[in-house]
Parts: sequence; structure tokens; C-alpha cells
Amino acid sequence: MLDNQASDALRKPELSIAAGSLEEVKLYIEAGADAVIVGDLTYAERLPGSLPVSGIAEAVKLAHGKQAKIYVAVNKIFDHSLLTGLGDYLQSLQDCGVDAVIFGDPAVLMAVKDRGLSLKLHWTAEMTTTNYMTANYWAGKGASRTILARELNMEEIAEFKRGANHEIQIQVHGMTNIYHSKRKLVKHYLTHRGKELTPEYRQDGKVLYLIEKERPDERYPIIENENGTHIMSSDDICTIECLDELMALGIDAFYIEGLLKPLEYNTTVVRVYREAIDAYASNPDAYEFREEWLDAIHELQDPGRELTFGFLFKEQVY
Amino acid sequence: MTITMSREEMLGKRRKLALPELLAPAGNLEKLKFAIRYGADAVYIGGQRYGLRSNADNFSFQEMREGVAFARQHGAKVFVATNIYAHNEDLSGLHDYLSELDRIGIDAIIVADPAIIETAKRAAPNVELHLSTQQSTLNWQAVRFWKNEGVSRVVLAREASMREIEEIKEHVDIEIEVFIHGAMCSSYSGRCVLSNHFTDRDSNRGGCCQSCRWKYDLFVSEEELMTESYSAQLTDEGEDPFTMSSKDMCMIEHIPALIRSGVDSFKIEGRMKSIHYVATVVNAYRQAIDSYMRDPFGYELKQEWLEEIGKAANRPVSTGFFFDEPDHDDHIYTPEDKPQAYDFAGLVMDYDAASGMAVIEQRNHFKPGQEVEFIGPDGTHFKQIVGDIFDTEGKPLDAARHPLQLIRMHVDKPVKKFDMMRKKLN
Repeated sequence: MLDNQASDALRKPELSIAAGSLEEVKLYIEAGADAVIVGDLTYAERLPGSLPVSGIAEAVKLAHGKQAKIYVAVNKIFDHSLLTGLGDYLQSLQDCGVDAVIFGDPAVLMAVKDRGLSLKLHWTAEMTTTNYMTANYWAGKGASRTILARELNMEEIAEFKRGANHEIQIQVHGMTNIYHSKRKLVKHYLTHRGKELTPEYRQDGKVLYLIEKERPDERYPIIENENGTHIMSSDDICTIECLDELMALGIDAFYIEGLLKPLEYNTTVVRVYREAIDAYASNPDAYEFREEWLDAIHELQDPGRELTFGFLFKEQVY
Repeated sequence: MTITMSREEMLGKRRKLALPELLAPAGNLEKLKFAIRYGADAVYIGGQRYGLRSNADNFSFQEMREGVAFARQHGAKVFVATNIYAHNEDLSGLHDYLSELDRIGIDAIIVADPAIIETAKRAAPNVELHLSTQQSTLNWQAVRFWKNEGVSRVVLAREASMREIEEIKEHVDIEIEVFIHGAMCSSYSGRCVLSNHFTDRDSNRGGCCQSCRWKYDLFVSEEELMTESYSAQLTDEGEDPFTMSSKDMCMIEHIPALIRSGVDSFKIEGRMKSIHYVATVVNAYRQAIDSYMRDPFGYELKQEWLEEIGKAANRPVSTGFFFDEPDHDDHIYTPEDKPQAYDFAGLVMDYDAASGMAVIEQRNHFKPGQEVEFIGPDGTHFKQIVGDIFDTEGKPLDAARHPLQLIRMHVDKPVKKFDMMRKKLN
């Protein structure tokens, strides 16, 4: 069929999202995700939930059965307590047949090398993944994909794609991490105030927010767990309106950040981006953005969180 | 007299103590000279490009040449911080910039971004590569990785504990540098873009606006996320607001443990800090280090060193992650209204032993009758009341009002050029 031939000719960006359970893996793939990211919070940062190795093995079987991929986040900054288990963990991921491992700490590269593993590697250094020369450096160390920082604008992303000699991935939707500390800042503050940090202030319980004194309309989610404190953006990136521009750049992968969002929101977002990607791929010249895509998202969007283009159209100074 | 038992002592091992390098920040050429005069073995500076602290008084190439010449005369080294995470636009000109550093004779660059590391290997082969704390290196496997890349020193993340430092030294044969004094990010270095979000200023290219020290309210949401009304405001009226602000680091009380851990370089933070701050802090650590190295078992922490640090410090201090995880005592929630006891008043430019008269370059207003304190790198330390003061023509003055004005006054004890004079504040 013409459609399939055309879409084979035009490489579609891969659409991915992170899942915290097997149920979510299944639902996201059904909604149209090409890949799902899972992991264990022992080795990964900021996942919606933890899957043990057995769960990951099942996720791989499930996903491969539907022509989808499973990537496992192993993207913590590691201290010594975690080093001893790391090699075995990576070996077990390889044994599961995961499609790639997402890393930031060079300790992962050393473990892969020392064990002679053949895992595919996706490199991320969160906010510090900012230029293509550095990305190519990590490709030289074995990475097949770089996950870009969210604080880059369209021009920088375009240049990145032109200069990179391997796959690049950007975040197209959702909140971003803007601060990460090893300290448990909420707990310490509550101790200072003489209050207890009760279990409901944990990641899987109620959500805490920061409001900066001079910016009363912005609510920044603050997550505290065993790994420390994470502050997230007050707005959600939403690129559905300019997705064609991003696709025209030839970016290899689009990631949806589903953290702190209800399941229905995430499946809707996956479905909407899936439709847009397929529409563009089947006929780029005839592509038209459809309002209903944005409407579907708006309907479920938290009114306290603005949808923005993030840094896509910003100029930063320093 | 207390002797802290190190792990080596407990295991019955003996270890040869090595003199660590005392590494001081130098925001400009004058600060560089004072840091070295007051005892720094090495200084780190920023150039016009590629460094964090874009608001510091950064060095031109000519100033770097002067700084290197001065340092050589005193047997000290100069490092240049090229520690940004580069964007694509920063890559052009990088090769030439680094080549120039090599030509100037810079001893090392402090670098985080592999693009800069790789370019430096080609452009500046004589310049050592020191991995910046911006890489948040916390484990020995990562250190091993960087050593294989040709890095000769790693500046560890400030989240590294003493125990972890010792383990790293055990596993990898490479120089290790740690921060021992000064301001600390409360986040993992490099993992904060609050400034980017709040002010469109790129924190990882020098635009950090220290938003971690601002005041915040902490809220709990009743329903998971879909609500407009905030309830359970955890920051009640009149109570201390939430903040991420960390106390400053100060390890003056733990010099023996630091030296025994094998750390090669003790780094003081503060390129934005004053000459007075840098000289005072360097002087205190220099004395402590030398005292320990002369006689480890007889070592005693001197109250005077603590007092000196207190005269320079403007924030409350803690030991960060060295001994245990920071807790509520390691953060600054209450506005600090600790008044400064002393202020920098002048620099000694000349001294005549016969008359006991010194020439002081004014750095802050002072006048007869005020209590002042003199401090210098080779032991000068005494207090006195300012007597009559004169200009260089001998004309009496009622006060020293003008910056850099040269004042003649009698000093109770001998002083040397570049000794500092502080005035006591009320």
C-alpha cells in the first residue's frame, strides 16, 4: 500500500514514554508508543515506578510481541554502595533482552566493558547534554543515542542533529527536571520546623509544590525520595503544534515525560502524538496540524500547569 | 591532646604523609598575587570565555601571562577554569583559546565537558587536564574512566564522603582534589537549571543567579494534581520559608583527617570573594596544614585559626558530606544577621623599622582612635589603636577617606609589605 511504502521511506521518529508497571507498559504500547522505558529506582532516577528484573523480562516479552521496544534506565549518579551490584544488574538486563540501557555515569560504561556486555547504550546527562561534539564523544565510547537537554532551542537542536553521528532524542511533552540534589531538603526543612515527614509526602503519595515568593502563579513539583530531592518545572512542554518542524529536522526519537500525570492523560498524549507522527510521515507536504489534538490534551491538562514550548523558542544569556 | 584515629592507624598500617596542595581562587590578578603571598601553592582563575562565574573580573590573556610569571617566581601553579557545559555556539574559537593557554604556560585547565577535554588534548597538549566538580564524580569506577581518558586529576563532587574519598584513593592512582572551604551548591553540580527557568540565564555557562537561596513556600495538594486551591501550606505566616540554601563548607577543624585521606589538593571556593577573604582563609589553612605536617602527633587546632575564618566568613558553616549526610543543621533557613566583626581597612605598602612608621593603602574608611588588627602571611598578628595619621606629605588627616589613598601611621609592631589591616566594627 502506498501509505506503508511512504512511511517506510520517511523514517518516523520513535515515540517513547516511561512506565512504572507492566499494566502501563501494555497500555502505552496499545496507545501507540514504539518504546517504553522502565527500570528499578535502585539504579534509575525519577521513574513513575520500579520494576524488578523479573518484571523487566516480562515487559520485554510483552513489548517484543507487539513490535515495540523496552529501554531500561540505569541513569543515576552512582555512589559506592551501588557499584558492587551494578555489573550483575547490567548482565541480567542483557539476559532479559532489553533493547537498550540509558546511562549517565561512566561507571556504567566501565561495568559494560569489564563484563564484555553487548548492551545498546543511550547517553543522557540531563541538563548538561548540550552540544553535538560531546554527544559524538560518548558515541565514540559506545552510545548509539544521545538524549538532549531540554534547555536547547530549535536552532540548537537542528544543529545538534546535523553535527551528531548517531541518533538523537528530545523530550516533546511533559514536565522537566530542573534541580537535583542528593540532600533530602523537604525532610530537613520539616525537621527545622519541628514537623514530621509523614509517609504521605513520599513520591507515591501526595505531591508537594514549591512556590517562589516573587512568582505566585508558578507551582514547581518537588519530589523527595531515597535518592534526594528533585524539583520539576512548573509548566509542561507541549510541542504538538510544531511537531512537523521537529520531524522535518529528522530527529530520531521523541520522548513523552509522563511523571506525575494520571494514566488517562498519558495514554491520550501518546495517542495524539502517534496520530501526528503518522499523519506527517504518510504525507509531509499535506500535513496539517489538527486542533483536536491540542484540545484532547487541554481537556485533561491540570489548569495550574501551563502548556509551553519550553526552551524551543527562547534565547538564553550568560 | 587528642589524636584522631584514622583507618590506617586502626589497621596498624603506616602511611607516609604527603603535603597537600593548597589551591586558592583568584578572581583577578591582584587576588592571585595575594592568594600566593598568603600561602597558596596553586591558584585557579577564569578567562574571558568558557568559565562559570561570567560575572567575575576574568583574566585577559595578558593578565594570565602576568599571573603565570608571578606564580613561577613564587613556585606556585596556575589553573584556568574552562568548566562550562558548552552549547554548539561555544565550540567555535575553542581550539584557539586553549592553544593560547598552552602558549601562556598555564599548568592545567579545570574542565567538565568532554568536547573541551578532547579539543584540549589536540590544542593544548602541555596543559594538564583536571576534571571539574561539574561532572559530579562520586565513585571510583567513574574516576577510573576519566583517568583512562587522560585526565590527571579529578575534582570530586561535594557529595563525596571522607570514606568514599579514601576508597577512591585506594582503587585508582590519580590525583584527587576536594573542596574544603566556601560556598556550596545544594544540588549536584551541573544538575540545576533554576536560573535558566527563573531568569533565562544559563547556569551551566556562568549565569547562575543563586535561586537556591531564594525563599519559597511549600504546599501540599489535597487531590493528586487537579486542583486550583492549595491547602496545607507548610510554610505558615511568620515561620521560616523553605529554601535550598546550603551553609558554607569549612574543614579547618579536620585537617589531620583530610591529609591522612590522601587527598592531593585542598580547594578553597571563592573567585567572587574579596582579597581580604581569600588572604585570610588561605592564611588560616596554610598555618594549619604546615603545623600538622611539622608535627602530626603534636598537632592541635588553634582557636586563632577558627577566629580568622570567622573574620572572613559571611555565612554559617558546616562540613557538608564529609562525615555524614547533611541534615537540617546544614542549611540556612533563618536570615543570617550575624554582624561582621571586622572589615578590611588597608594594605601595608611600606614599613620603616627605625621610625616604626608604615605606609597603608586605604581600602576602607578608617580614622584615629579605631581599633585595628594587622595580619600577615609570615606570622604578623597584632591589634592596636590607630594613632595620628598623615598623608604622604606629612600632613595630618582626620580620616582615611579615599580608596587607595596612601596613609602614614605608626604601628606598634613590625609589619611587612602586603600585610593586611582590619578595622573592628562596632
